[in-house]
Amino acid sequence: MNVAWAWTILVVVVGASLVVLVTRREQTYRALKDLDRRWIFLLMLLAVAIPILGELTFPEKPTGLAKAVFDEIEKLEPGDKVLMAWDYDPASEGELGPMATAFTYHCCKKGLKMYYMTIFSPVGPQMIEDAIEHVIKADFPHLEYGVDYVNLGYKSGYEGVIKVIVSNIRELYTTDHYGKSVQDIPMMRDVRNIQQMDLIINVSAGYAGLKEWVLFAATPYPDLTLVAGVTGVMAPQQYPYIPEQLRGLLGAIKGAAEYEKLVLDKYGDEDPDPKYLKGKQRMGPQLIAHMLIIVLIIVANFVYFAGKRRERA
Amino acid sequence: MDRKTLIWTIVFLLAGAYLVLRSMTGGMARTYMKAVDFEFVNVAADGDEPEWIQAKPQVAADHDPNELANYPDENRQSWTRYESAPLKKYAKAVKEDPNQTTYLLSISRTIGVWLSAMFTLAIFSFLYKDSIFYKIAEAVVVGVSAAYWMVVAFWSTIVPNLIGKLSPAIVQAWAMPGLKEEQNLLYIVPLVLGAMLLWQLAPKGGWISRWPLAFFIGVFCGIRLTGYMHGDFLYQIGNSIIPLVVMVNGSFDFWGSLRAVLLVGGLLVCLVYFFFSFEHKGIVGKTAKVGIWVLMITFGAGFGYTVMGRIALLAIRLEFLFDDWLWLMDPTDKRLGM
Repeated sequence: MNVAWAWTILVVVVGASLVVLVTRREQTYRALKDLDRRWIFLLMLLAVAIPILGELTFPEKPTGLAKAVFDEIEKLEPGDKVLMAWDYDPASEGELGPMATAFTYHCCKKGLKMYYMTIFSPVGPQMIEDAIEHVIKADFPHLEYGVDYVNLGYKSGYEGVIKVIVSNIRELYTTDHYGKSVQDIPMMRDVRNIQQMDLIINVSAGYAGLKEWVLFAATPYPDLTLVAGVTGVMAPQQYPYIPEQLRGLLGAIKGAAEYEKLVLDKYGDEDPDPKYLKGKQRMGPQLIAHMLIIVLIIVANFVYFAGKRRERA
Repeated sequence: MDRKTLIWTIVFLLAGAYLVLRSMTGGMARTYMKAVDFEFVNVAADGDEPEWIQAKPQVAADHDPNELANYPDENRQSWTRYESAPLKKYAKAVKEDPNQTTYLLSISRTIGVWLSAMFTLAIFSFLYKDSIFYKIAEAVVVGVSAAYWMVVAFWSTIVPNLIGKLSPAIVQAWAMPGLKEEQNLLYIVPLVLGAMLLWQLAPKGGWISRWPLAFFIGVFCGIRLTGYMHGDFLYQIGNSIIPLVVMVNGSFDFWGSLRAVLLVGGLLVCLVYFFFSFEHKGIVGKTAKVGIWVLMITFGAGFGYTVMGRIALLAIRLEFLFDDWLWLMDPTDKRLGM
């Protein structure tokens, strides 16, 4: 099923709704005016569930912001240092998990040194573990912990953590997530602060997250390059930072699907592992659910204006 | 029993019977694991610092497996780690050797999947109406989260960053043998401030907790003020002062110019809307009205993004219910016969 088919269905549904509205205006108005909201919940459930069960997907066309994120990682050379700030938790895994997986896959393919950390939530380290287990250990078993990647875990203190580690990472990170001294981790030996990172990749679900990385790392230290992926709620607030303080941004699951395409087009196999297509898979329900919302907005406006007209009469 | 209650009772009974049947026949929610044996061998001579070399699951590079096999049992440390495994691999292993012990059915993880599914449905039940199931799930989430935050903050911050700085030897002996820190008595200051903060729990002397609180508020205000002034205020003024006519390689860029005009124009009309020193009449009123439109378009874009986010969250819960719990789909090819 492609986008043309989806639009055809939308036009047919909207057209049929309009015919019903025009021909049986009075009955439709009365039925919709007192419609139990639970019918809308049920419709939304079906709009999301049916595409999931049918594994409905649509083609993606990457936009400029996704390309900007991809290009910033492409500019790096093997062995360059990347700070992977995974500032999200299971509550936002649905939106941010696919882009976190794609970021890790891209960095592994490029041969970059990955420094994982989180300042958002105590369950952030589990999100890092997911990326390590499902991508690095599963598909890049030759990469060695402490040499190619490290999990520095969670530190409380929000932007205070960023303020400290931009000048001295050892002040806060004395051990990694597993309690091993950072002095015994080869890839940490020559790292004094995060200004030495060639790129910061932030996957953010709220406070502390992208805004704090922009304000306390990328802005006072313009040599630090920052790209990010954020939830849909956060995305509109981050646009003013592009491109000076933030080089690229993946907004919600749509951004993840676009970035996945860019990464898989360059580095993927002919038949990529389904775990690298999660963003694309979750765009199927998005399209159908958005169509439903468009229809509901039209119907709600009909009820509103019809009610106004009756009040005047 | 009225008609509505009867219908719901029948729906719940049918759903329950379906779940019992599916779970009894092994057709849903089961989780499997793989037992991975780890073994390390101490190759150091007696009296020297221990030198642990990995022998299992794979031998460390530059070491001979036969040589490591010669060391006595007292030089060995071993344990088993259980990793998630797909049904596909479990079925293959059982087919090859019915008595194998590498791949196992995980009872605890299977119960976890059931609990997770039940809590998801309990939260969803709120969409129908507020219920005891929703209340229980909500209370469990709040309680577990609070306890989890406390435990993680204790082990990730207080142990390595406070006790570990004040007395590294105690932390090394008690909790983190890998910690290699030197004593730093300056950390007595945060220890005292922390203790003072907890004083508000005492029956008397609650005012003591206000001093560290004042310190923290002052510090955070300072940090945030400078950050926001620099990154949000000054930088955003700089980002808004842009040429309205954009030239690329000596030629006029129509779309770039239009974008710049919209950005600067939108900013100015929004500023006019929030400017209350003049009455919103005449040209000021008309400009402010355009400002409202720009704001409405911005809120609409924000609403669209929010809807996208919420649908993604619903999608992942349904994916979990259909894939991990009910086994109605298999997008990652984990199971047989789907």
